[in-house]
Amino acid sequence: MNLAIFLLALFDGVAYAALVFIVALGLTLIFGVMRILNVAHGSLYAIGAYATVSLTGYVLALGFAPVLAFPLMIVSAVLVGIAIGGPLEYFLLRRIYDKSEVLQLLVTFAVFMILEDVQRLVWGTQPYFDSSALQVLGNVSVFGVTYTAYQLILLPLIAVVLLLGMRFFLRRTVTGKLITATTEDREAAQSIGIDADKVFLFTFVIGAVLAGLGGALASPTTSILPGMGADMIVLSFAVVATAGLGQIEGAALTALMIGLGRSFAVYLYPEISVLVPYLIMVLVLLVRPEGLFGSPAARKI
Amino acid sequence: MKTKIMKRTVSALLASAMPVVAFAADKPDSLKIGMTAFLTGPASVFGVPARDAAEIMIENINAKGGINGVPIEINFIDEGAGAEALTSEYRRMVQSGGAEVMLASISSGNCQTIAPLAEDLQVPNLMWDCGTQRIFEENDYKYVFRTQANATPEMLATVAYLLKTKPDFKTIAVVNQDYAWGRDSWDIFSTALKAMKPDVEVVAEFFPKFGSPDFSTEISRLQALQPDVILSTSWGGDLDTFVQQASQRGLLNTSTFVLPLAESSLERLGAALTDGHIVGARGDHYFLHPERRNDEDFQAFMKQYEEKTGDVSVYPVFHASQAIAALTGAYEKAIADNSVDWPSEDQLLAALEGLTFQGLGRPVTLREDNQGVEDQLIGTSVQTGEYPFATLENIMIFDGDQLTTPVGEISIEWVKTLDAGFVDAISFDQFDN
Repeated sequence: MNLAIFLLALFDGVAYAALVFIVALGLTLIFGVMRILNVAHGSLYAIGAYATVSLTGYVLALGFAPVLAFPLMIVSAVLVGIAIGGPLEYFLLRRIYDKSEVLQLLVTFAVFMILEDVQRLVWGTQPYFDSSALQVLGNVSVFGVTYTAYQLILLPLIAVVLLLGMRFFLRRTVTGKLITATTEDREAAQSIGIDADKVFLFTFVIGAVLAGLGGALASPTTSILPGMGADMIVLSFAVVATAGLGQIEGAALTALMIGLGRSFAVYLYPEISVLVPYLIMVLVLLVRPEGLFGSPAARKI
Repeated sequence: MKTKIMKRTVSALLASAMPVVAFAADKPDSLKIGMTAFLTGPASVFGVPARDAAEIMIENINAKGGINGVPIEINFIDEGAGAEALTSEYRRMVQSGGAEVMLASISSGNCQTIAPLAEDLQVPNLMWDCGTQRIFEENDYKYVFRTQANATPEMLATVAYLLKTKPDFKTIAVVNQDYAWGRDSWDIFSTALKAMKPDVEVVAEFFPKFGSPDFSTEISRLQALQPDVILSTSWGGDLDTFVQQASQRGLLNTSTFVLPLAESSLERLGAALTDGHIVGARGDHYFLHPERRNDEDFQAFMKQYEEKTGDVSVYPVFHASQAIAALTGAYEKAIADNSVDWPSEDQLLAALEGLTFQGLGRPVTLREDNQGVEDQLIGTSVQTGEYPFATLENIMIFDGDQLTTPVGEISIEWVKTLDAGFVDAISFDQFDN
């Protein structure tokens, strides 16, 4: 394996990792704060992608410049977060925080299945594809291999900005600190006057926006079709579990490991590329059952 | 005691006489049939068009009075619900739903499951879409018929077209979905290629996971390898994503893509599928079929279908038309042959043997092993500007007889015995577009 090939595999891995990280970030944030594994996260990802394709298609058909596709991604992501994430937390999840994990999992899984059917009702079963955003940025050539600037530069850049932004938000802003405090100990936080309900709602909406943003950012590169949410939830769960549930930096590192592992596998031994994320997960969890960055949790009685 | 024995003898005699006199059945109020198709899941890109088409065709038949005055009533089973739900629904439809004939299925795995079940339930089953060549090579069935080709002729036609249009290529890479179809089709394709053009080098074999949302890494590696030809038997969202991503990154300019199922993605791929790539259609299926596009029935149906769905027809629509043509053809033949109002099941099965019928493509004939012999249409993509997506030029329609594995032989063994002369000897018709 020469240097050129090594670098190519590196670029591919980073681009892939960026997208996985963005989705996993929302999932791990929600888990960290609310201790709920939100399976419906996958649906929010898919709906984010569908919404972006529909909105972009509509706006571009009106004759606007393709560059508008970028703000429309953010619009779609926020729409998903507020219109679906908000009511989901407020009307449903709020009722099950003190129930057993199995029930919580079943409820979010039920929501996932309902939303899958909603997608089918609204968008049908034919795949959609709209790469206007990607085409705006054009291509970059490296060692005779053409990459899209969107995947090679923009996606990793957004992932890094989100990682740093999230760290800053949680550690340096008041709202972030409220979230961190509630995560540490809900009862203590409530006793000093933090409105935990509000914090939960806010966190969930942010997490949902991130899922929607992941879908929006993925939409110019891939076919939008039924079932895409299921794949993403499995993969991002692998990332989150390997990293340690609730660990943001860990999720970034794991996404990178999985992305690189997968792309190097495609260069060296393509047959195992599908296995790589799960191999990494198994290996890490064998050694550290609580995840790379997780700390053994003190069980509440 | 004596009378008992007597009674038994008489009833045994009567019973043994029964099959000799095949009684005609009473004319039913309606002919109930069931059809399995993916209405959910990734393969609904095939199932939904087929269902829409079947509904239109049956409405048309019923508007003309049905079969000998009996209207057809069709019910659908969703293959997307899983094999277990499929078999129990199938059983229910036959046993208590009164379905006389079943049309199943899209998935090869489902066909393998349903073939023995249809035998058990003694219900005539028309395999209308699945691709596996194994069905009639590994088993004999009395109730199961396939109204279309299978993977072997589909792949052989593709190899033949490739060798005729691009005889000097040296290297090939494959990117197929990682499941039975992706593996089996490559098995047949590569075996045929090795037999007919042994000097070709396979430079990369990729089997990304079914439903993969991203082929970037595979595309980078293909750009580094620069194979002359890239084969992908993928379909649906996988094929769309692969071709779109490859197109975005210019891979379509440096390699010739060979896409045996791309006819079903032409409209969705839009401008991404550039000129000069080889497109197959799993049979002679194309909404601008060069021999059929001027026919009145063909035009009328295409118009109806486009009005109902907003899309152009894809191959599952043609496959559905063939199964329904076989169904009506068999009933009409059985009614005429036996001069009855309505045929018994045995009369229907007898009519299906060796039946020739015509759906939207060329006529198809059922062989003695119940495998359909279907001609294969392959073409080269071209953006003419007439449609907002690629259409086909330099179309060849290959004769199905020569491409289909002879009765009683195993495809992969038979394909190994072919050589370069096979391509020269094959008969086909050529059309500019």
